[in-house]
Amino acid sequence: MNVNQMIEWAAVILILIGSIVSVISAFGMIRLPDVYTRSHAATKSSTLSVLTCLLGAFIYFWVHDGFVSVRLILGILFVFVTAPVAGHLICRAAYRSRVPLAKGSGEDELKSKLFPEEHTVK
Amino acid sequence: MAFQMILNFVLAFVWMFLSSNYTATGFIIGFIMGILLLILMRRFFKSRLYVYRLWALLNLTLLFFKELILANVQVLKVVLKPKLDMQPAFFAYPTVLTQDWEITLLSSLITLTPGTVVVHVSDDAKTLYVHAIDINDVDEAIASIRDSFEKAILEVSRS
Repeated sequence: MNVNQMIEWAAVILILIGSIVSVISAFGMIRLPDVYTRSHAATKSSTLSVLTCLLGAFIYFWVHDGFVSVRLILGILFVFVTAPVAGHLICRAAYRSRVPLAKGSGEDELKSKLFPEEHTVK
Repeated sequence: MAFQMILNFVLAFVWMFLSSNYTATGFIIGFIMGILLLILMRRFFKSRLYVYRLWALLNLTLLFFKELILANVQVLKVVLKPKLDMQPAFFAYPTVLTQDWEITLLSSLITLTPGTVVVHVSDDAKTLYVHAIDINDVDEAIASIRDSFEKAILEVSRS
């Protein structure tokens, strides 16, 4: 087994890790109780899975075809810039339209800040 | 920082013209000599040498990748646990960062690190409201992690 093959195996393992993380992220979307905890699974795991998959594809095409695809690197960059902002916006919109938290949640410091009138009533 | 980088590029091009060597190698040699000149002339600049800032940026990137992997391991643990017994909560985090891009960077980093998602930035941009997936033991650990992030961002933005 020469060096090129070993690097190709590394790419294969990267893509495998990416798919496993993405499956776990999907499990998280099903199992977790509310919007906010689901957004944890969605933002973090999907970012890492996309990163490893694209990186694996990049390495594979580089070693196998000798083709350096800058578009894959740009894709990684764009996912990194946009995924946390998307998660933040979805959480924020959910909180502002008063989606309740899951049962058994701890204290909620944001409520008195965003909806002061309800806080005084309770 | 931008001024020093442009100066360094101009020096590299001047070196290419002087040695009439219009290749990537000539550019790199000129760039390295430009860095040496900038180091010699550093007391005439108002801000730090931009090399330090690039170094801080590299440190921040490495820290970020480490935290991203740790975050995924933690989510994996939470999701695959047979009994869902985590206790989510919101908490407020006062930040010392002032500029908009710093706060945006900090919230993106917090969102992609273990157990935290930024939900609201207060109107005066002094407090971040963060949703934590498990409030029990994470609070202090998260504080230390974010102190390291905040410190790293300050290190990048320090003039």
